[in-house]
Amino acid sequence: MVYLITQTLNGLFSAGLLFLIASGLTLVFGVMRIVNIAHGSFYMLGVYVAFSVVNRTHSLLLGALAAMLVVGGIGFAMQRFFLRRFASQPLPEMMMTMGFALLFRDGALMIWGGDPFTLAYPSGLAGSLEFHDVVFPVYRLFVILVAAGVGILLGILNGKTLIGAKLRAAVDDPEMAAGTGVPVALLCGLVFAVGAALAAFGGVMGGPILGGYPGIDFDLLPLAFVVVIIGGMGSLRGAVVGSIIVGMIDNFGKALVPELSYFTLFAPMVIVLALKPTGLYGRS
Amino acid sequence: MGEASSNFDRAASTARTRLSRRKLGILIAGLVGLAVLPPILTSYWVGLLTQALIFGVLAMSLDILLGYTGMPSFGHAGFFGVAAYAVAVFSTRYHARFLVSALAGLVIGTLLGAAFGLLVSHVRDVYFLMITLALGMVLWGLSYRWIPVTGGDNGISDIPRLATRLGVSWSAPLPFYYLTLVVFIACGGLLMLLVHSPFGLTLQGIRESESRMKSLGVNTWLHRYLSYVIAGAFASIAGIVWAYYNGFVGPTYLDLTASSEIFLMVTLGGPGTLAGPAIGAGAIVLLKNVISTYTQRWLLILGAVYIVTILWAPQGLWNLGANRRPKT
Amino acid sequence: MNRKSARRLAVTFVLTATVAAAGLLAGQMAPDSASAAPIRVGFVAPLSGAYAQNGRDILNGLRLYLEQIGSQAAGRKIELIVEDDEAIPANSLTKARKLVERDQVNIMAGALLSSTGYALAPYIESSQIPMIYPVVSADDLTQRLRGKWIIRTGWSGSQPEHPFGNYAYNTLKLRKVATIALDYAFGWESVGGFQRTFEAAGGKVTQKIWTPVSVHDFAPYLAQVSRDVDAVYALFLGRSALQFMRQYQEFGLKKRILLIGAGTTTDEHVLPAMGDEAIGAITVLHYSAALDTPANRAFVAAYRQKYNKLPSYYAESMYTGAKWMVAAIEAVHGHVEDREAFLHALRTVKPTDLPRGPVELDEYGNPVENVYVRKVERVNGALQNTVIATFPHVSQFWKYDPASYLSLPLYTRQTVPPPPNLLQP
Repeated sequence: MVYLITQTLNGLFSAGLLFLIASGLTLVFGVMRIVNIAHGSFYMLGVYVAFSVVNRTHSLLLGALAAMLVVGGIGFAMQRFFLRRFASQPLPEMMMTMGFALLFRDGALMIWGGDPFTLAYPSGLAGSLEFHDVVFPVYRLFVILVAAGVGILLGILNGKTLIGAKLRAAVDDPEMAAGTGVPVALLCGLVFAVGAALAAFGGVMGGPILGGYPGIDFDLLPLAFVVVIIGGMGSLRGAVVGSIIVGMIDNFGKALVPELSYFTLFAPMVIVLALKPTGLYGRS
Repeated sequence: MGEASSNFDRAASTARTRLSRRKLGILIAGLVGLAVLPPILTSYWVGLLTQALIFGVLAMSLDILLGYTGMPSFGHAGFFGVAAYAVAVFSTRYHARFLVSALAGLVIGTLLGAAFGLLVSHVRDVYFLMITLALGMVLWGLSYRWIPVTGGDNGISDIPRLATRLGVSWSAPLPFYYLTLVVFIACGGLLMLLVHSPFGLTLQGIRESESRMKSLGVNTWLHRYLSYVIAGAFASIAGIVWAYYNGFVGPTYLDLTASSEIFLMVTLGGPGTLAGPAIGAGAIVLLKNVISTYTQRWLLILGAVYIVTILWAPQGLWNLGANRRPKT
Repeated sequence: MNRKSARRLAVTFVLTATVAAAGLLAGQMAPDSASAAPIRVGFVAPLSGAYAQNGRDILNGLRLYLEQIGSQAAGRKIELIVEDDEAIPANSLTKARKLVERDQVNIMAGALLSSTGYALAPYIESSQIPMIYPVVSADDLTQRLRGKWIIRTGWSGSQPEHPFGNYAYNTLKLRKVATIALDYAFGWESVGGFQRTFEAAGGKVTQKIWTPVSVHDFAPYLAQVSRDVDAVYALFLGRSALQFMRQYQEFGLKKRILLIGAGTTTDEHVLPAMGDEAIGAITVLHYSAALDTPANRAFVAAYRQKYNKLPSYYAESMYTGAKWMVAAIEAVHGHVEDREAFLHALRTVKPTDLPRGPVELDEYGNPVENVYVRKVERVNGALQNTVIATFPHVSQFWKYDPASYLSLPLYTRQTVPPPPNLLQP
């Protein structure tokens, strides 16, 4: 019983972190049809920027804000000045993001060096909660709550505001949208920036546990893809469901069938793609 | 992407027309150089050229999928790795002879392609990219965690070197290089025959417009499937040669980075041609090994080169200047 | 093709050809091989990535000793060429090729993980160049896969674990132990060594958990640890050791179950970054920075002065390795180009005053040395590995007869062979 509860909580924590990473990826793909190979790099840059800020200010909050601003800015510039040139050509767009992923990886190595690190826990959130025999770190519960909060926020923005509609218009028919006063270039840049900022935020949230190290960008990218594929590209609900499924499979899989742990993770992705390529909640 | 009129497809379609005299000249010069120069180079350089040739075959095999059929595969390193692992397992664990191990590599790699092809050949565009990425990760995961067979993180080392036959020590740098060159030329020749055959032209037709091909009565699924299997087979050949060159196989040879590197080689060099990927492979092998001796920042340079190439030569280096021609 | 694109193509071609030619020419310039030329040492270790700290420490140890002797021996300067392999065996192989074939080094040194060690060995053997493995502890390299050109100046993974298994049963009075370790050769061999002697004494390893080498999060694994064991034996290094310690406490295990393990888990390359969660852990290794001998005190002081921190076993390993190498260089009077003679010197020199204590090579090429049981304590505000027991003169075979030891299989993930025959007295 203790084991089940702990593992489920672990799964939810993984799901929360995965959701933060995957939500940005699915947003960018859903709105702009861009497959962003540099998405893991945004996560990495986020935790690295936070590392510098947290070292000076000892505040995870400031680190998160700085990470989101800086990485969001980088994302905006990347989209506005480079990706926009290939607006309706998915393959060159993707290849461009790949080039940037390499730049970011080496840039981070240049600026911060190659040593791995973890962020310090915020002072109120260190320690563990104990309930009978179940011991679970407070910070991980915090991440679960934050991820849920972000999910709700995104859901409200998506469903209840005009932004979603404007975005879709901007992508489907840029000329028409521009004709009705929609600032297409700005919006596209902003969406990409938000996607990047979400990934960076995920990096900061995962910072005290996963930390940062060279290579974390490509370590996490496949996981983000798995979530988005299973859930459905462009679907927020899909990202939520996908991250829970993947988080649970990952944690229980590692415990029950450790030899096949990566297999259990990617095989569902293959099955979903083969049967319903657009994922559980994706639009066809 | 089937109906797209992107620069990418336009250039790739014009690239298949007769090679200009200039390009033919470069190719011949290159081949002559590859045949004649190595005896005067140090073993280090001969080794690098051997690597470039092996990856050249691998890149050309991916181009069959990516450039000629329009199927962007992001897990192609999987076949390369599986064939190499097969050679490693057969030769180290079962002490099989060279021919048996090499054949095992080819058969297993091709069968894998045949099996995976059934899952992926109906998928298109971005989703094809994703599913091949996932399959590549599945293979990587197996190589990493199926420890009794693959050794996991340790990989399999001490793959027996090629024996001395007919008085030649085939595992020495220079003889092995020439062996690889023969394999490279043979594969290149076969692929050239393939892409100029009716089958190859049909593949390119499918890339241009699948619906049009279907309306002509072509079984597009079958063509895509066969393209996938053939690409896997040639990638396996590259993997077999690699196993003997390197003497060691590990999970890093088929992870996401490896697959994206092959992708880079093809797109940097020029998709839709055979010379393009080979040149791209050579460029990246040289960049990785040579630039890294002068600066630590080779990855940065590679990324920058790649971005610049996409901006100003989106069809790859070999297809430079081809985008002016209108699509026929 | 129109003129503009033809020009573009020509420019590309010329640029490519120039770069290629320049590269080829640069590569052709072979280094001068006159004997007044420097002795080239090729060093490969992870300097970035999860094991950057370990690799950096190894390099520090090497550099410290070279600095102490003015970077020269037997009248020749010593030139160090450093390459980063990110602890990926594939990269180690590429870098080794570059060092041996392009830079024409006279001797190689370094390598961190057992996986790297096993991957490089065939290449080193076929290249016939001596290589010092100061850290690589893959058992079989001085047992069944013994090579000619690899000199191990460090240890073998199961070597300290054999006496430790005994100690755990007899002194710590443990009866049931769960193990959690990295899933590769080093993990298998350490756990195997511990299990063999622990169970021979009467104990039982009730649970063996393996984590991937690139493990990010220990949560799913720690949740599996059964609560009714007397101790948890852990083997980690680098980033994983830091995270493990933290999470061991966070999931409530620290205050319930004693933590023991391989020495790398609390080694000084990560110890200063740990907090109270590490206190009380009992580990075993052939070194501790807190070892109270004149040689070690001097080493620690010199290291502290140059690098502003405690030396780890990684640093000591290559410091000793460097001493070894220089002693051999002097034994051949600087004529390292005669590789056979140089190799023979490396195998026969007996350096003394090593920080870790007395070291001698056995007839299989593995060091026979002291093994220390250490406990993490906070002394004068800083964490240290206090030595609480010493086993002198421990070989890779412990008290077993080498022939019968080798007739039984190597430690693997699944198999831990039964205890072989004891040495005849």
